[in-house]
Parts: sequence; C-alpha cells; structure tokens
Amino acid sequence: MIVLFAGLLAIYMAGIILPPCFPGRPRIQNLVAHGLAIGAGLVGIALGLVGLLAPEPWTASAESTIPFLSFAIRLDPLASFFVLTISVVGLAASIFALGYVTEFNGRSSLAAMGSLFNGFLLAMTLVVMADNGFFFLIVWELMSLLSYFLVVTEHEKAEVRYAGLFYFIMAHVGTAFIILTFLIFFQDTGSFAFASFRHPDQQLPEGLRSIAFFTALIGFGAKAGIVPLHVWLPYAHPAAPSHVSALMSGVMIKTAIYGLIRVYFDFMGGEFPWWWGFTVLVIGTVSALLGVMYALMEHDLKSLLAYHSVENIGIILLGIGAGMIFHTYGFHELAALGLLAGLYHTINHAAFKALLFLGAGALQFATHTRNIEEYGGLLRRMPWTGAFFLIGAVSIAALPPTNGFVSEWLVFQSLFLSFQLPTLFLKLMLPIAAAMLALTGALALACFAKAFGMSFLALPRSTHARHATEVPLSMRIGMGILAGLCVVLGLAPMLVVPLLDRITAPLTGVAISSQVLALDGWVVAPVTVEFSSISTPVLAMLLVGAGALGLLIARLCGTGLRARYYKTWGCGLNLTPRMEYTATGFAQPIKQVFETIYQPTVKLETEFLEQSKYFIKHQRFEFHIEPLFEKYLYRPVVTFLLATADRLRIIQAGSLHLYLTYIFVTLVLLLLWAG
Amino acid sequence: MQSVIQILLVAVQLGLLLALSPFVVGLIRKVKARLQCRRGASLFQPYADLAKLFRKQPVISSTTSWIFTAAPYIVFASTVAAGLLMPVFVSHTPLNFAGNIIALVYLLALGTFFLILAGLDAGSAFGGMGSSREAIIATLAEPAMMLSILAIALTAGSTNLSTIVHQSALMEGVVVAPPAHLMAFAALFIVTLAETGRVPVDNPATHLELTMIHEAMLLEYSGRYLALMEWAAGIKLLVFLTLLVNVFAPWGIATSLTPAAIAVGLLVYLAKVAGLAVIIGVIESMFAKLRLFRVPELLGAAFILSLLALVFFYTLKG
Repeated sequence: MIVLFAGLLAIYMAGIILPPCFPGRPRIQNLVAHGLAIGAGLVGIALGLVGLLAPEPWTASAESTIPFLSFAIRLDPLASFFVLTISVVGLAASIFALGYVTEFNGRSSLAAMGSLFNGFLLAMTLVVMADNGFFFLIVWELMSLLSYFLVVTEHEKAEVRYAGLFYFIMAHVGTAFIILTFLIFFQDTGSFAFASFRHPDQQLPEGLRSIAFFTALIGFGAKAGIVPLHVWLPYAHPAAPSHVSALMSGVMIKTAIYGLIRVYFDFMGGEFPWWWGFTVLVIGTVSALLGVMYALMEHDLKSLLAYHSVENIGIILLGIGAGMIFHTYGFHELAALGLLAGLYHTINHAAFKALLFLGAGALQFATHTRNIEEYGGLLRRMPWTGAFFLIGAVSIAALPPTNGFVSEWLVFQSLFLSFQLPTLFLKLMLPIAAAMLALTGALALACFAKAFGMSFLALPRSTHARHATEVPLSMRIGMGILAGLCVVLGLAPMLVVPLLDRITAPLTGVAISSQVLALDGWVVAPVTVEFSSISTPVLAMLLVGAGALGLLIARLCGTGLRARYYKTWGCGLNLTPRMEYTATGFAQPIKQVFETIYQPTVKLETEFLEQSKYFIKHQRFEFHIEPLFEKYLYRPVVTFLLATADRLRIIQAGSLHLYLTYIFVTLVLLLLWAG
Repeated sequence: MQSVIQILLVAVQLGLLLALSPFVVGLIRKVKARLQCRRGASLFQPYADLAKLFRKQPVISSTTSWIFTAAPYIVFASTVAAGLLMPVFVSHTPLNFAGNIIALVYLLALGTFFLILAGLDAGSAFGGMGSSREAIIATLAEPAMMLSILAIALTAGSTNLSTIVHQSALMEGVVVAPPAHLMAFAALFIVTLAETGRVPVDNPATHLELTMIHEAMLLEYSGRYLALMEWAAGIKLLVFLTLLVNVFAPWGIATSLTPAAIAVGLLVYLAKVAGLAVIIGVIESMFAKLRLFRVPELLGAAFILSLLALVFFYTLKG
C-alpha cells in the first residue's frame, strides 16, 4: 500500500515539476505531463482497488511543526472508492488530453496546463484521503485553486475571466462553510484529527449538530452544485478545456459527495433527526428537476452538460437522502440500499459525464464551436466520437441496459420502499420524489435526444460542421475507455455491488450485498425477487434476441431487397439545413409547458410592408431565459455587496493621515477594553 | 421438464404478442369505421399491410446515418422485450425476474429515444416536429405513469408484475375495486392513450402535417423499416392494454400451469383485450384530438389522479 501511495505521489510530483523543464518544446511537455498522469492514473486505480479490498483501513501520517496540522491519510473503503473513481476518469482524461491539448499549442502554455492538470489530480486524490481537518482544508483549497487556474486557461477571453471569477467566489463561499463545520467539531473535541470528529469522541449538543449539518450541506453543496448554489457550474465547466471539464464535472464535484457522506454517516455516526434526510431529499429533488430543465434550454453543449451535472448530483442526493431517512428510523438495510444507490450513481455519473464532456471536447476540436445549432450531420463525419457520445447519452438518460439505468432503478427502489416508514408525511413525500425523478428521467431523455440528434444527425448546419473530421486516436481511446466502463458498470452490477457494499457496510452497520444480488448475481433484487428485480445482462440478451428476430423476419420476408437511397422529401424543394428543426425549436414545447419555471422574455418585432399589413418585410424574434436564482437570489446579493462597498469607501479615503488616525483610535479603544 | 415449460411459455407469449398486435389495431379501426357507418377494412387488414411492407423495396433518405436504419430494430426489440417481462395469460411469467414494472417503463423509453432520433435523422421539418412533440408528451406522461404504478404496487406490496397480478388474481370475491385502484386505473388509461398515440393526444389515422406526432416521425420510413415501426407501435399498444387488464382486472388469468387454467386464461385474456380495444375505438370516435398545448392539462389530470390514488391508499387502508 505504502509503495503504491508513494509511487502515486512521486509520479504526480514529477508530472507537476517536469513539464516546465522543457521550455519551447510543447510536444515533449505534452507527452511528459500527460504520460505521467496516465501512469499515476494506473497506480491510482491499483491503490483504490487494494484499498477497497483491504480488510482494515490503511493509515499513515507525518507530523508537522504547525499546531493541529498533521499530514495524516487514511484509506478506508469510502476513500478508496473515490480514489478509484478519480483515477479512472483521470486516466481517460489524460489519454484524451494527449491529442486534445495540441489545439492549445501556441495559445496557452502546455507546460503550465500539464503541471496544473497533474496538481489538480493529486489534490483531488489527497482530498478524499486526508484524515485531518486542517490538511483536508489545505488540499481542498489547493483543488479549488488549481481548477480555477485551469478554468481560466483561455484568460484572454472576457467570458472566461468572468466564469473564473464566479467559480472562484463560489468555491470560497463553500470553503468558508466547510471551515465553519470543522471549527464546530474542533470546538468540541479540541483536535482537527478526523478520528476525533467521529461520533463516540465527538459529543456535540443537538443544536450545534444541526448547525454543523447545515454548514456542511452549504459548504459541500456549493462544490457539488446543488440548487441554489449551482450557478457557477454552467459558467465554469464550459470555460475550462474539455479534459479539465470532464474531471471537474466527473469527479471534482463528487469530492463534495464524499465530504457529505463522511460528515453525516461517519462523523455524525449516522444519528440524526429525520428532517436532515428529508432536507437532503428535497434539495436532491429540486436540483435534479431544475438542473435538467435548464439543461434543455441550453444550446452550448458544455453548459448543457454542466446543468446535467446539477441534475445528477440531485439524483445522487435522492439516494443518500432516502438512505438517511431510513437510517433515522432504524431500517439499516434500506439505509444501506439508499446509500449504495447514491454511490453507484456517483461512479456511473463520473463515467458517462466525463465521457460526454470528452465528446464535447472532441466536437469542439473538430468544429471549433460549442453551439449545438452549428453542428449537425456529424455522425457520418465522426463515427467513433458519435458512437461513444451515443453510449454516454443513452447511459445518462438511464435507458436499459446501461449503467445509468441500474443506479437510477436502485434509487427508485429505495424511494418506493418508503411504505415501511412510520409517518404518513414521509410515506407520501418519498413517492412524490420518485415521480419527480421519473419526470427528471424523461426530461433527460428529451434533452439528450436533442443533444445527440441535433449534433450528430441530419444535415450539417454550418461550414464548420461540414468540414469536420474524426479526432486523433488518443482522443478516441480516452472516450473509448469511459464508454467501455459505462457498458461494464451497466452489465455487471454483480461486480460493482459487492465493492460498494464494502463502503456502506461500515457506515450503516449491515452488509446487504448477498441480499441485493440474487440468483448467483445475475439479478439485482433490493428486497426479494418477488418484490422487485432487474437483470441487465438478461435484458441485454433479450434486446439482442428480439432485434435479431426483427432482422430475421425482415430478411425472410424480403429476400434480396436492397434499399434505394434518395433525397428526403422537402415539399418539392431541395432539402437545406435551414429547413431542419433546430435545437431551439425542438425544446420549444417544453419551454411553453413549463413557462412558469422558465419565465422567458420573448421579443417579437415585425415590420410590415407599407402597402399591406398581410405581408411581412422583416421579422425579428428573440427570447431569453434568465435562470431564476441568478435573478432573484444572486443579483440582489451582489447589488447589496457593491452598494455597501461603495458606502464603505468613505472611510477608505486613501489618505495616510486618516489611516494613522484609525490605528490610533483602535489602539486607544483596545487599551480601554483591556484595562 | 420445468425449464422446457418455461421456454415454451416465453415462446407462446412472444408469438401471441407478435400475432395479436395487428389484430388489435385492426379491431380499433373496425370499431371506428362501424361507428362512422362505414363498413371499414377487414379485421385482418393490418396483417396484409405488414406483409406487403416487408416485401417492398425500402427507400432511405440519403441524408441519414446508421441511426435511421438501426432505429426500427431497436424500437422493435425494446417493445418486444418489454412485452416479455409482463404476465399475459399466465400470472407467472418466466422472465419476470429480468425486470420489474420500472424496467418495463424504461425499456419502452429506450424505444421512444430511438424513435425521436429517427425522426430527426432525415432532416425534414416534419420529422423534427414529430420528435419534438413526442418528447414533450413522453415527458409529461412519465410521472403520472410512475405514480399510478406505485399505487398499484403498494396494494400488492410489490413492484414485480407477476407478483402484483398473481396476488390480485387470488383475491377472491373482490367485486368493487377500492377507490385507489379506480383512480390509478384512470390515470394509467390516460397515459396509455398518450403513450400509444391515440385520440385525444395524437391521431394515428392522420397525415395532416400540423397534427401528426407519431406518424410524423415515421414519415421517411418505407418497406421493412416502416413495417417494423408499425408493428412495434401495435405491440406497444398491446403491452399497455395487457398491463391495464391484467393489473386491474386479473380475474381469470391462469394462476397455475394446468392445461385447463391456461386455456381459460388465454380466452379470458383475449376477451378482455378485445373489450378494451373496443372502448378505445369508441373513445376515438367520441372525442376530437386535443390541441398540443391542451395535452399537458390532460396528463396533469392523470398525475393528480394517481397522486390521489396514493393518498387514498394510505388514508383508507387503516
């Protein structure tokens, strides 16, 4: 274990230090940085697997001279799982980056990008391994800062700088609340070691525990992107280079999920009132629904994906929230099920969201735009990227037999099992959450039908799209690894569930793996097969079999018929891309139905011919959707802050004499107070 | 021996789904024709249509990708697979372990997803329009469907379709269904009309460009691809009808594997499905198609009904 850990540390450090040692040789910088990141990814995967399978958590620490700070790491199953997730996605993103970053050659420093990339990966890995509050905060802050620098890679663009600033502020608001959480624990235990935060040592009174619950929720929630703290995601994720977006969306926001589980189930010992779980559940539902709704209106592919991260964090929280509620009422098996569903969705989301972000990067690489309206017809031009993107789209839309389906199904099951709960209120609220999850799933389906259909099908809508070609091999391999992972995670739950069970068992006190997997592991059945079960391998076989049957019938009936190719009927005109449905048009009915949520501003200017009002000379249509939270929550806060700062400027006159007076007055007051 | 019977059951169920679905389509058309005082085409016309289409040379739009030709097979496969998960005339389906009712809903969603993509692939505005409308209707039907399913599942204490059907079939003397059941039935019936593209949500007989939804997505299809799409649509209708009759009125379904029970189960099932098909035909003749932006209200009503079913279940149970 120590060898693996030291190796990981050494490779990442080399990845940080070496790239700038080759000034003026971008090719070598690229190879060194991402080659080392690939190596570290492989070591990280090994470390994660060993940690997951180890009977006891592995710990190591180095004391420092700074009080309360010790560089302590602890690799328990929960931490190992996240190390594994980070490393797998890191590996794929690094391979992808080999080809992808050549686009930035000459515009940005590849050495800086490579170093920051390795540093970011290392910081994330250390975040989930840290076993000391102080150390955790240092690496957490490092993770935020390094990702900020990566977000502003293209800092010459004003919108990128704005996105970076937005992210920077939100990340620090979050960190502030995490510090507050740890301080609450510290005040009780007098130590920053995580071991002392754990329940038997930590004896916080009920009130303070609840405050810690909220500060942790806000602090980690800001990083995870829960509504209403999600506003930075649709800015920051598109601004970053795509392999970084894949990491940020696929794994960085998951470190917040790690933090929440660590605090609620580990530190709080799983003892909490029912409304904690309920709060998490409500936030999960709202995040899932609003995330996907705003995603539908987005035509920047990467912003769309960023909003889907909000949605999927919501789904993960639905699982965890249901688990928390069950835990309160002593249904430990069901609590483990909810938590397991949440964790399953965590790794699934890491796989397909990173895949989709890499796909978006490949599209940007090939077409130099992120606007879906300018894509079209790309499946014929980029068959590999298209196929991988389709796997990602089907997975995120939770269609069987993919991985997204398995985890969403598990979340559904844990919500449906609410009929065992003792209060009528919760018995009704959990099914409503399930209905909202169904709505979310259906909207996600519509959204990815739009994203894939508009980008890859029909005719190209711009010259960029017409001239697009398939991306280099390394980028395809990067996507291919994640696409393969999506398939494996979907078809082999019997491999995944026992591993996840090792995480949830210590947190909830019961192991459910043998119960959840029935019929030699072929079937996932949360309670019994009589209650509910799925078997993705059998479903896949059924689909293949039925498809083959269709093919057979078609063959037998129409022997020797070859299809004829002819142009699409365009009502007598030749079909042009302008006749196609646009992404805006596709989403229009949804916009209209959910008008109360979107509150769009529509502007229609029509200019008629002078002779008659029946002939239109010129028409201009405009519509905007301003996300509610930015308008009603953030704008007032920002305005207030700026106004206050304006007023405070009076005392900041810039005169040295005035400042000396301030110091003098303060000193006198302090002396008076002390005396 | 046991496994032979199981395989045989799956094969019979598969054959029944494939063979019966065109008949249901034909029956609804016949009912509509009779109500319009027309003689209408033969009940077996849809079979002839399918046979003809399979033997025709397909024309494929040159703007399309492989999605366009793969979609009919995927839509067909997902619908058939969904049909194999549910009990038809025997309450214990051999394949029910592979997926419960949620899996069935999501399998159908897989078909919808590829249908929407297929509509977009040819690049014509009609296909896009159909896809866009299908997306919103499928979206709005989903929560109502999930809640009504849950209301049923709660009564049976299971989301496994075989268990649900078996348990309610064994409940002797249930003449008056509980209110929760009735409301869930109404909700699922509305969802059925929406999901299978029937009046008042969509009109399967129209090719008027501004009103069609399902037909618009199929507009560029011909030959065997169209045949598969049409067939899949028929199977989907049959799947929903089977769900409705077996979950809400499972009386007569074979609860054991004796030849007599199976024969009775088969006959009763055919009668019930035919009855429901006639009702749909009557509804199609009585109502006009709704404006697209009225459909959300209808599906919203279905959602409220299923929510009420849930509330009634919990409050009236104790």
